[in-house]
Amino acid sequence: MAEPATAVVADAPLREHRALWTDVWLAFRKHTGALVGVSVFALIVVAVLFGPHLHAVDPQYLDLGARNQGVSFAHPMGTDNLGRDMFAQMLAGGRVSLAVGFTAMLLALVLGTFVGVLAGYFNRLDGPLMRLTDLFLALPLLPLLLVIIMLFRDTLRAAFGPESGIFLLIVFVIGVTSWMQTARIVRGEVLAVREREFVTAARSVGVRERRIITRHVLPNVLSPIMVSATLGIANAIITESALSFLGLGFPPDFPTWGRLLFDGANFIEITPARVIWPGLAISLTVLSVNYIGDGLRDALDPRLRGR
Amino acid sequence: MAARGAPAVDGRCVLDVEDVRTRFHTADGVVHAVNGVGFRLHEGELLGVVGESGSGKSVTMLSMLGLLPTPPAEVVSGRARFDGVDIMRLGRDALRQVRGAGVGFVFQDPMTSLNPVLTVGYQIAEPLRAHLGFSKAEAWRRAAELLDLVGIPSPASRLREYPHQFSGGMRQRAMIALALACEPKVLVADEPTTALDVTVQAQILDLVRKLRRELGMAIVWITHDLGVVAGLADRVMVMYGGLVVERADVEALYLRPRHPYTRALLGTLPSVTGSGNGQEARKRLPSISGQPPSLTTAPAACPFAPRCGHAFARCWRENPPLLKVAGGHEAACWFDVEAGAPRRQRENGPA
Repeated sequence: MAEPATAVVADAPLREHRALWTDVWLAFRKHTGALVGVSVFALIVVAVLFGPHLHAVDPQYLDLGARNQGVSFAHPMGTDNLGRDMFAQMLAGGRVSLAVGFTAMLLALVLGTFVGVLAGYFNRLDGPLMRLTDLFLALPLLPLLLVIIMLFRDTLRAAFGPESGIFLLIVFVIGVTSWMQTARIVRGEVLAVREREFVTAARSVGVRERRIITRHVLPNVLSPIMVSATLGIANAIITESALSFLGLGFPPDFPTWGRLLFDGANFIEITPARVIWPGLAISLTVLSVNYIGDGLRDALDPRLRGR
Repeated sequence: MAARGAPAVDGRCVLDVEDVRTRFHTADGVVHAVNGVGFRLHEGELLGVVGESGSGKSVTMLSMLGLLPTPPAEVVSGRARFDGVDIMRLGRDALRQVRGAGVGFVFQDPMTSLNPVLTVGYQIAEPLRAHLGFSKAEAWRRAAELLDLVGIPSPASRLREYPHQFSGGMRQRAMIALALACEPKVLVADEPTTALDVTVQAQILDLVRKLRRELGMAIVWITHDLGVVAGLADRVMVMYGGLVVERADVEALYLRPRHPYTRALLGTLPSVTGSGNGQEARKRLPSISGQPPSLTTAPAACPFAPRCGHAFARCWRENPPLLKVAGGHEAACWFDVEAGAPRRQRENGPA
């Protein structure tokens, strides 16, 4: 190698390279909705993570002398019919709701990507796997979720304790019932990437199938996967809220936004704030996450970038 | 040219391909893309494969290495002896060892045959790690040497770049480096210069000449550029309609083509000098009249007969096999263009 001699010459004209993510960030920054979404979502995440340390009130502390109170310094969002501090409950509930949303999304993403890549890459698996996907899409989800939860709630509670048991169950049922969109998107993308010449080129130098899938195909379908991931969080949060609202989510002393909504609905005439706050939190989170997904999709698509 | 061509013929045969037949099952029916193609490649030899689009040049090579998507493709038959084994009968893992380590492949379009999301270095290092068990650091060092070999300046820093930061010519150089990574005995180059402009093409041709001198590998060079083949190849194989129609040393083919198709093909080449006569220079370029064969059925007659000026009754009845017409020169034609009369039936037997 003639390295020392050539290095000097070539270093000069090397222009400053922008990494892909710099480009994506620059495009993302131009999307006002996405920026607002990121700010709101970040605010919610920070509040939920660090809020309980600043507002150090036990969300389960019963103060029967201070029931159904309005907004005050001690209780920024008032109290419920048992005198529990609503703000503390909102923060604690947000932790659970976001954790459920995030983990369920991860599970759905892994499942969906796995199924999608296999179906797209291997002709023989395409038919069976996509029919399975259709089957899952055809299932009436809410009744199915109810049945699964009814069936397995007690066994899982016994095995993992009431809280982690129900957490695992809910994450599992949401994940298992929401991977289908990702699978379809990923399959379509893989079908296109598989035919690209660089895949044949990789095979022509003897790269293993598994490596072709993980190193050559997967990175090329990453952007739709990421977009579907952000939208998946929103979807999972909504589903968890719906389950809790139906009384099938977490136990009553374990607040989530959906659970708070469910508990507050009975008192809507006395303390409407108990419904408004959790409803607002759910809506804001879902809306901001959707905007982030939207901005990400635009930023990751080079054809839309720079418009 | 003679000096270069001579030793190649004596060399040991490294790749012996016989009777490759490949069909494509399409919505419009079966397409018989390759109908019994065979060739031999000797050590250090450069075999030019010429023919128009759809004549089965690339499909033959891809079939040999099992790189066609099946379905729609179906490799009906074929034997390819490489290193004493028939690589068309190998299992998946053994075949993977041959690809890259035994036979390298350079693709036509350098713009699409490098993965846009991986660095060039990663892609060159990949076969080294897979086949030769190099460590990551070793593979990168070797990749830098390879880039240097194919004439890319400051290879070490270039390795960390992505394909979009390379120009077309550099990408093709990188593709060649990738195919050469494991020092294969045979390099199949599938129209490697078609997508490049003429200056870059000339550089790549120089590079291939240099690499041949230095590494001594056997090369199959697929192209439809007769000029490139004339300057590069030792032997030439002309394909038409999924069949080999003529096979000869390069001078013999250009000086005394024996198949009407080859003659017609050479007749279409524009002359740089022209005849000097203004009238003559403004003449249209000659072309071969008629359409390429449709290939929807396996050939029962000579596929070139409909476009051939010499076709006679037998051409429509029987598809001619490759017949020996001179030392090391075979043509698949019932008509002896030099004698101007039909060839006497199998005077020399099939080659």
